[in-house]
Amino acid sequence: MIFPRPRALLLAFLLALAASVPVRAVEPGEMLANPALEARARALSKELRCMVCQNQSIDDSEAPLAHDLRLLVRERLKAGDSDAQVIDYLVARYGEFVLLRPRLSWHTAALWGLPPAVLLLGIVTIVAVLRHRRPTATSEAAANLSAAEEDRLADLLRGKG
Amino acid sequence: MIPELGHYALMLAFGLALVQGSMPIVGTRSGDPLLMSMAAPAALAQFAFVAMSFVALAACYVSSDFSVLNVFENSNSTMPLMYRLTSIWGNHEGSMMLWVFILALFGALVAALGTNLPPVLKTNALAVQGWIAAAFDLFILTTSNPFLRIADAPFEGRDLNPVLQDPGLAFHPPLLYLGYVGFSIVFSFAIAALIEGRVDAAWARWVRPWVLGAWMCLTLGIAGGSYWAYYELGWGGFWFWDPVENASLMPWLAGTALLHCAVVMEKRGALKIWTILLAIVAFSLSLIGTFLVRSGVLTSVHAFAVDPRRGIFILAILALFIGGALSLFAARAPLLKQGGLFAPISREGALVVNNLFLTSACATVFIGTLYPLALEALTGEKISVGPPFFNLTFGPLFVPLLLTMSFGPLLGWKRGDLLGAAQRLLAAGMLAAVAVAATFAVARGGPVLAPFGVGLAIFIMAGALTDIAERTMILRVPLGAVLRRAVGLPRSAWGTAFAHFGIGVTLMGIVVVTAWGSERIAALRPGESIDIAHYRLTFDGLLNRVGPNYRDLVGHFTVRRSNGDLIGTMEPSRRTFPARSMATTEAALMQRGFGQLYLSLGDPSPDHTIPVRLYFKPLVLMIWLGAVIMFIGGGLSLSDRRLRVGAPTPAKARAAIQAAGRVA
Repeated sequence: MIFPRPRALLLAFLLALAASVPVRAVEPGEMLANPALEARARALSKELRCMVCQNQSIDDSEAPLAHDLRLLVRERLKAGDSDAQVIDYLVARYGEFVLLRPRLSWHTAALWGLPPAVLLLGIVTIVAVLRHRRPTATSEAAANLSAAEEDRLADLLRGKG
Repeated sequence: MIPELGHYALMLAFGLALVQGSMPIVGTRSGDPLLMSMAAPAALAQFAFVAMSFVALAACYVSSDFSVLNVFENSNSTMPLMYRLTSIWGNHEGSMMLWVFILALFGALVAALGTNLPPVLKTNALAVQGWIAAAFDLFILTTSNPFLRIADAPFEGRDLNPVLQDPGLAFHPPLLYLGYVGFSIVFSFAIAALIEGRVDAAWARWVRPWVLGAWMCLTLGIAGGSYWAYYELGWGGFWFWDPVENASLMPWLAGTALLHCAVVMEKRGALKIWTILLAIVAFSLSLIGTFLVRSGVLTSVHAFAVDPRRGIFILAILALFIGGALSLFAARAPLLKQGGLFAPISREGALVVNNLFLTSACATVFIGTLYPLALEALTGEKISVGPPFFNLTFGPLFVPLLLTMSFGPLLGWKRGDLLGAAQRLLAAGMLAAVAVAATFAVARGGPVLAPFGVGLAIFIMAGALTDIAERTMILRVPLGAVLRRAVGLPRSAWGTAFAHFGIGVTLMGIVVVTAWGSERIAALRPGESIDIAHYRLTFDGLLNRVGPNYRDLVGHFTVRRSNGDLIGTMEPSRRTFPARSMATTEAALMQRGFGQLYLSLGDPSPDHTIPVRLYFKPLVLMIWLGAVIMFIGGGLSLSDRRLRVGAPTPAKARAAIQAAGRVA
C-alpha cells in the first residue's frame, strides 16, 4: 500500500518553506521521446533513492547506479507499467530502502503518526493549561502577597500609610 | 615546536575548564565569595589558552607544516592562503577546535561583559560553561587531536576536499558554530537558573541578546550554506532535507521559538517553565547536530568523519548534558512559579501558537531525521526518509504559522482584539488578493495553488509593515512627523517588522522559483543553441584554463535575448584537482533582476557533444535575501535600548521582582 497523495494537498505544500526546487541530473540521452511518459519518469525518479549515494534521489544523482535506475524506470514505463507497478518492481528488487517516502506500515507507523501526534499533544496541553488556570485568575493576585505585605496592606487600608 | 605548544595549551585549557566548572559552584553552594570569584578569571584564562592552541593550529596551516598529520591530510602548499586558513575547519579535528574556540570566546565574553549580572547567576552559568568546555576539550584531546605528528614529514599535503575549496567555507561553518555555541550560553543560564531555583523576567532580559545573536548567526549560516550548495553542487537546488541540513534547521526552529517565548517571559513574566525547557532543547539540538555530523552516523553529503570511538564519546556527552539538564529540569521546574495570566486571544496567546507550530515542525524534522537510524539500530531494517516525507509533514505545520504570523504583533498584551487586528490587516489582505489575481492573470503554467503562495508572501510582507505604518501614522501626519515617529519607535518593533518581512521575501522566492522555474537538458555541439524563458544561449566551444591547484575545462556560452540582443557570456566549467584526482562542477550564474540563469556542464562525451543543464530561476535570490533581512531584523532588535542598558528598573524594585520569582 502506498501512502495516499491527493494532488491538491501535494501542491499546497509547494507553498511551504519545505518545498525544494526540482534538481536534476538526468542526462540528455536518457530522456524518453514521449513527453507524458518522460514527465511520469521524472516524477517517479524524485521518489526513489540512489542507494549508493548520500541521501540523493536518482533524479539528482550522477552516480552510475542512478543512471541505471533511471533507465530501468523508463523501460518499465515504456513496457506499459503503472506508476505503482514500477514502484512495486523496484521495491521487490531493492527493498524499501529505495523509497524516499516510506510506505505506511507497522514499522513506519510511528514515523508518520508522530508529527500529527506532537501537534495534537501540544494543542491538548495548551487547552488544558488555559482551562486549569482560568479559575484561579481572580484569586492569584491576592495569593501572591506575603504575610508582611498583608499587614502593610491592612495598614494602608486603615489609613496609616 | 608550535604544534606541541598548541597541544599543551589545549591541555591547560582543559585543566582550567575543570577548575571553572567545579570551584565556583562549590562557592555558590557554600556561599564562599572567594571560590565564586574564581569563575570569571578561569573563563578568561581558559579562553586565552584555547585561543593560543587555535592560533598554533592556524600557524601550522599557514606555514604548510606537513609533519602535522591534520595539515598533511587537509592542506596543500599550492592552495591560496584563504583556503589554507579555512581548511583549518574543513575537517573533523579542526572544526572541533573551532567549536571549543567559539565556546571559550563566549564564556570569556560573559565573564568580561556580564558586570550587571547577579553574581550567583553569573557564577553558576560560567561553571556550566566550564563543564561543556571540559567535555569538548577532552573529546579533542582523546579522540580528535589535530596536533599529531608524522615521523617522516611528506613534502606535499593531500589537499582539501575540492568541494570545500570555496569562499563558502570561510563563512558557513563559523556562522553555524556561532549559532550552535551561542545557544550554549543560553543553556548555561537556564541550568544556572534551575540550580539556583529562581527565574524571573530579568533573566529573560539577560538571556535575550544571546538568543538573538545565536539566532542571527544561525539564520545567516543556514542561508549561506543553502546558497553554497545551490551553486556548488551543480543541481541548482537550495534545500535537500539532507540530515546535516536538518541538524542545523532543528536548532534554528527551536531557537526561533525560544526567541519569541523569551519576549513573553521578559515582558509579562509568563511561560517561564516553557522558556527554560526551550533553552535546554535548543542547545540539546545543537549537540545532537554536532553528534550527527561529527560521529559519521549518517552517510550524507557533508559527513567527513568516520570513527566509532568519536561517536560513542559524543553520545556520552549528549547523554550527560541532555539527560542531566532534563533531569534537573524535571526536579526543579514544578517549583518555578508561573506568572502573568493572559487571555487566549492576546499577544501572549499568539506567541504560544507560534511556539506550538515551530516546536511541532522541529519535532517533525527530528523524527524524520532520526527515525531511520533508530529503526536500523533496533531492527536492522533500512528505510529512507527523504524530501517527499518532509514536504508532506513539515509543510502543513508551517503554512498555518505563516498565515497567522502577521496577527501576533497587532494583538495587545494580556487581552487582544482579534477583529481589530483583522481590520488593521485589511489593507495587507487586499494587497494580497490583488497579488493573487494579478499572478493568475499573468502567469502561464505552474501549480494552481502557487498564486496563493505569492499572495501569502505579499500578505506577510505587507502585514509586517502594517504595525510600523500605524505607529508612525504614515499618510495621516506630515512626512517630518512620520520620520520623527519612525526614529522614535523602539528598535525591537523595527526588528520584528524586518524579520517578518524577511520571511515573506524568502517565501516569495521559494514559491516563484518552485512554480515557475524552468529547466533544459541537452547535449550540445559548438555553434548550437538552447532556448529558455526569453533567453537564447549559444555554445561557442570548450577551452582549458589552469588555476593555482586545479585545471578547468571551460564551456563558453553567449547569452542573448530571444530578440537577438546580446546580454553577455557564461562560462561554466568542470574543475579537476590533481592532488585528489577529483572533479567538481562550477556552475555559471547570471543575474537577471532577482532571478538567475544557472548553467552547469556534464562530462564531455566521445561524440564531441557536451551535456548541459540550464535553468531559469526567477526570484531565486529572494530566498537568501529574505534571510539577510531577517538577520538585519535581529540586529535591530539586539540594538534596542532596553537590551543595551540592561534592566533599567531601580535596584529595589528589581530585588522585589526577583523575590517574587523565587521558588515558593
